[in-house]
Formats: sequence, C-alpha cells, structure tokens
Amino acid sequence: MKKRVWSLVLAAVLVLGLFTGCGGSGNDNAAGSGDAEAGDGGKVLNIYVWNQEFQEKFNANYPEVGKLSNDKSVTYLKDGTEVHWIVNPNQDGVYQQKLDEALAKQASAPADEKIDIFLVEADYALKYIDPDVNVALPISQLGITAADISNQYKYTQEAVTTADGEIRALSYQATPGMLVYRRSIAKAVLGTDDPETVAAAVADWDKFYETAGQMKAAGCFMYSGRADTYRVYANNVSAPWVDGNTVVVDPSMMNWVDRSMQDTQEKINHNVPGQWIDEWNKDMGPDSKVFCFFLPAWGLDVCIAPNVKDTSAAQDWAVCPSPQGFYWGGTWLIAANGTDNAAQVKDIMLKMTADREILRSLAVNNGEMSNDQPLMEELAQSPDFGIDLLGGQNYIGVLSDAAASISLANVSPYDQGCTEEFQNTFGDYFNGKIDLEKAKANFEKAIGERYPELKSGGVRWPE
Amino acid sequence: MRSEKKIKSVSYAKWGYIFILPFFLTYAVFSVIPLVDTIRNSFFEYYYSGLKAIGPNWVGLANYAELLSADLPKYAWNTFVMWILGFVPQIVVALVLASWFTDARLKIRGKQFFKVVIYLPNLIMASAFAMLFFALFSNSGPVNNILLSMGVVGEAIRFMESTFGARTLVALMNFLMWFGNTTIMLMAAIMGINPSVFEAAELDGCTHLQKFFKITLPQIKPLLTYTLITSLIGGLQMFDVPQILTGGQGSPDRTTMTLIMYLNNHLQAKNYGMAGALSVFLFIISGILCWIVFRMNTDPDPDGSKFAAKRARKGGRAS
Repeated sequence: MKKRVWSLVLAAVLVLGLFTGCGGSGNDNAAGSGDAEAGDGGKVLNIYVWNQEFQEKFNANYPEVGKLSNDKSVTYLKDGTEVHWIVNPNQDGVYQQKLDEALAKQASAPADEKIDIFLVEADYALKYIDPDVNVALPISQLGITAADISNQYKYTQEAVTTADGEIRALSYQATPGMLVYRRSIAKAVLGTDDPETVAAAVADWDKFYETAGQMKAAGCFMYSGRADTYRVYANNVSAPWVDGNTVVVDPSMMNWVDRSMQDTQEKINHNVPGQWIDEWNKDMGPDSKVFCFFLPAWGLDVCIAPNVKDTSAAQDWAVCPSPQGFYWGGTWLIAANGTDNAAQVKDIMLKMTADREILRSLAVNNGEMSNDQPLMEELAQSPDFGIDLLGGQNYIGVLSDAAASISLANVSPYDQGCTEEFQNTFGDYFNGKIDLEKAKANFEKAIGERYPELKSGGVRWPE
Repeated sequence: MRSEKKIKSVSYAKWGYIFILPFFLTYAVFSVIPLVDTIRNSFFEYYYSGLKAIGPNWVGLANYAELLSADLPKYAWNTFVMWILGFVPQIVVALVLASWFTDARLKIRGKQFFKVVIYLPNLIMASAFAMLFFALFSNSGPVNNILLSMGVVGEAIRFMESTFGARTLVALMNFLMWFGNTTIMLMAAIMGINPSVFEAAELDGCTHLQKFFKITLPQIKPLLTYTLITSLIGGLQMFDVPQILTGGQGSPDRTTMTLIMYLNNHLQAKNYGMAGALSVFLFIISGILCWIVFRMNTDPDPDGSKFAAKRARKGGRAS
C-alpha cells in the first residue's frame, strides 16, 4: 500500500514537473518581463525597437526619466512606471516578425505585456498604419491635435497619413541625405576642403565622376560600395515598387545596377558588399582611403562618429549636398492599438517629436535633423551651431533645402524586402559570379519566396 | 486462499504504463499534433500578406507541384555536396585517429586529453561557430590580414563570394564539429573487436596496413554504415552553419542554400502551405533513411532458426 502511494506521488510529481516546466518557459518567451508586477504597482510601458538609438535619445532627453536598470533594458520613470525596451534587429525582417507575433497577441495579452509604442521605418511604415489591419492608433484618438505638431516637416506627416485622413505615426527626425566627405582627402586631391568648392565638384553626376577620376588617380576611392549609392537611385524612382501584385523595377534601379557594376570594375568604389558590416565601418575609420558617404543627418552620429572617436579623423569630416537629392530611413513612433497607458503614450510621443527643447537637444547633442522646421531654419542661420565631428561646420543649412523637397509618394509596404533582395541578388552579379539575366531571375525567385502574394504578378523589368 | 487469488490478479504492467505516460503525452502534444498539422497545411494556400492572413484555401497538391517545378532538386544537391565535402574527410580522419588511439602497440601519451580536445568543437553552438568563421574569413578579417601581411596574396581573398569558398567553409565547419564525435564512436567499435584476432594476425606477420584493412575495417562495417546514415540524416537538416555564414542568402547565387534554409525562407514569409509541403518531402526522405538504419540494426533472424527452417522446408520438398 505504502509503495503504491509513493509511486502515485512520484508519477504525479513527474507529470506536474512537465507541465510547470512548459508554463514557465512560456512566460519567459512571451514578455521577458515576469517581474513586472512585483514592484510598487507601477505601470509598464512596452516599447518595440530595433536598436538602441531611440532608447538612448529617450533616456537622455525625456524629462520624466528617473533611473535605468543595470543592463539598460528597463527605464524607470519618476512616477514608478517601468519602460521595457524590446529590441529585435531590423535585418532580414526579424523585427517585423517579432512585432507581428506580439501584435497578433495584443488583444489577449495581460495589461503589462501589451505593446504600448512601437517604432517603424519608412521602408515598412505603410504596412502598420494600414487602417484595415488596425494596429496603430490614430493620433487624434490620443488627443494630439494638428496644432500640437504644426512645426513638424509636412512630409513626415503626409507619409503616414492614410486614406481616411488620419495620421497614425509621428517622427522626431527628418532624414534628407547629404554627402559626408573627408576633409584630408579633399585637401590632398582637390586642393581645398571648403564645402562650397567640394559641393561644386560633386554638383551633378558628371562632375561627381570627374572628381571620382581624380580620386582614383590619387589612389583613393570615391565611395565605399554599391549600397551607399542605392538610396540615391531608389529615392528617385517614378513609381512605387509594387503595382497591384506586380513588382515593378524602375529604370532608375537598373541605372544603379549599371553604374555600380562600372564603378566596381573601374575601382571607383571600394567594392564593399553592404552597409552595417565590418568593412563598411573600417571604410569610415581613420586609416581609410574612401572619400565620401551618402548619409542623412543621423548617419553622422550613428555611423561615422563611433568609427572615428578619439582618432586623428575625429574632426576630419564635412558635408555638402549630394549630386542628386535623396532621403534615407526615418523613424516613426506609433501608439499601438490596445495600449493600456494612453495618457503616457501621448505624452511620450508629443514630447519626443514636438517638444522644441528636446528637439533642440537632439540636434545639438546627437547631430540629429530634428522634426521642427522653424527650429531647423533658425539653427541653419545660427553661426554658433556646428558640431565637432564636422570641424564646426553647420550642416543644417545643407539639409534644410533638401528636407523641403522630400516626398515619400513612391514608398510601398514592400520596400524593405525589395531593397534587401535587390541588393543581395545583384551582389553576385557585381562580384562577377552570374550574368545579368541570372541576377534578374534570382530576384524574381527571392521576391516570390518573401512575398507569396506577389508571386502570381511576377516582376516587370524596364525595357 | 483468498490472498493467493488476489496476488494472481495484480498487474504491475499498469505502473509501467503510468510511468511512460508523460513521455507519450508530451510526444503527442509537441510532436504528433504539429506533424499532422503540418501535413494538413501542405494542402492549403495559407500565408500572411503583411498582417493580413490569406487563406487557408484548399489547393490539393499544388504546393507539391510548385516545389518540384521550382529549385528543390538544386537545394537538395547543394545540401548533398556540402555534406559529402565534410563527411569524407571526417570519416577518414576519424578512422585514422580511432585506430591510432586504440592500437595497443602505439603508446600515445595524453590520449584522454586529445579525446577531449577533438570533441570540443562539438560543444560550441553551431551558430556561434559559424559567426566565428564569418569573422575569421571576412574580406577584412584576420585570415585575410595574415595572408596579406605575409605576402601570400596581393589582394584580400573574398572567400564568401565564390561558390567553392563558401561551400568549402561550410564543409570545413561541419568536419571540425563532427570528426571528434565520429572518432569516439569508431573507437568504441574498434575496442569491441577481440584483441586475440589482432594478436594472431601479428604472429602471422601481418603489417599495420593489412591489420587495418583486413581486420579492423570489416569488423566495424556495421558501425560505419550506421555513422554514414545518421550523418546523412544530420546533413539533410543542415541549416545553422550556412544560414549564419551567408546571412540567410545562400550566396553566391544560391549555391549554399540548403533544403532547410529554403524551408526557413517560406517560414519567414509565414507561408505555411509551402513550408508544410517542403516539410513533408523532408519527412519522407528522413523516414526512408531511418528505416534503413532500423533494418540494419534489427537482425530478422538472430539465432538462425528461420534460415534453418527454410532450408528444412526446401529439403523436405525436394526429397
């Protein structure tokens, strides 16, 4: 009898152990915030991001920030609210996947695990602000009025205004592009590092390639790799990537292919296969022979600065207009539908995207092109404004003209996939591994896998 | 009398069932149900467009047809090439090491130490190992830096951009990760051979090579076949190493794209129909391979009685 009891108990323990095991791991995966409720009953804000950029800007500038947790994954606000940062990398659509999964559970998730704010990039903003999928709250529902955000660049609002006339996302930055060049190489090759003279030397593509010839003769590279010029061509297309369910390759994209191939073969670029990789970072470093980069304002702080910090090249940079206007990226904040902390979400969105002092701090301390047109125009005129990285040059003047001409009319919800697959599949072509027809076929294949709904429509290539 | 009867009716078998019940429960929940679900999905058009679900719509065998007309054979070939490139050196090196380590006449010192060392690469997570190789062999990585500074090459070698380079790197990693494991398995097999056979051979003047080819190899043949098939099944599932090394692209020109990487592409697109169909293909292939292993390991006639009976029957009819 005793034996039987014991064995029953043991069996029960075994079974229970199994189930509790499952339950425990389930919780961990769901939110990674199991200890959220344990505190003094403070609220939890969950913010989905793909890197630390916004997180750092928030921690440094949002007035309610109290202290950070040791690993910086949680920001404690002064009123006891915990801001949880959920970071997933952008590459290969990982961020979107994780975000999609979490949004699908939004309705059933406990209050402290609901997404409150998530960030989106220009490449896929349209996917999330679609009124049909209804995952983004219109800012009018939060109580944000047009007057609150009247200083923002109009394009940052028009880009995220949906057919029903609602704005569903707000941005703290404007992202017009510019040419960031190395003063030392400009002096050595062009005889001067004066931005006006350099601007004249790269005023259009013909002049740009004349200068590139001089760079090559001097043993330098004009730019790093084909991915650098990609945005310039991709922003100057005549139609969005997708028409109905057909992928339309714009003639401008094929110009990029031809030009990149030629530049790679003639060693005008350094043949770096992509961005955000080791070689690209080294090309920005102090020992590099690469003359210029196509970057928006955030690129100064995010890309260049970390690679030249405390080196001889720390102030060796200047900016001038790009041969052709472009923009790159742009981060929008979206209030998630179903948030249980609407008031705080509203405050964060307003403060971070429309508070003049915070936006001024972003511009001064982070080299950001802040989303406040009058402020930027004021700074553009200000002789005191300049950053060390650029040897004191005021880059806002270069950008504010470009910002006025940005239009996001030709973006589609598929931009990230098309951009990544186009660059990847044509990479083999630039490396001389496959011919143009094979690269085109590979692109069609890759798009069909990534977006099954576009498979039937096929890909239309320019004549 | 009563107690005797009671004892007869006690069945201890039920405790056995109760104790194995947790396994079958978890197996059903985590394996059988998903498996059936996968097979069901493979007959449907079912994917997500952005955040909107398309389907599920019944399409019969359309997914299977599309897979076969697409590049499935090519990805199977890629997988096979990278597997064989890694497997051949793996089995050769493992055989040599195993026969050295087990040879009574070679007194290798620190045997235990080497056994641990050759097994170590297997303890590293495959993806971490791939990251390491990605950094080592990148265009501006240490390997290229060393080659450049020694003057071996004039310009950095772009390993990952050539089919040969990328496939070789994948094979090299698989080799490094698995040869230790195989060595230890083969050592166990070799140590299972009766030492008197070796002694007798030596008395007859057998050379080392003869000993290896005439005694060791034939004796461990069953285990060699087992290693081959299990490695083949493992190779079929090759994923993390090429995925990390090529950033999921299977570059260059999809020549390092394995079957599971292709499956992963469909899963990333949340294309459950196509992913299901591909999984069913892989399930069938793995099933066949497992069946071969099973047949090898279960002797249908362990004591020779069936054979004897057969012979007797034949003999009976003939006479």
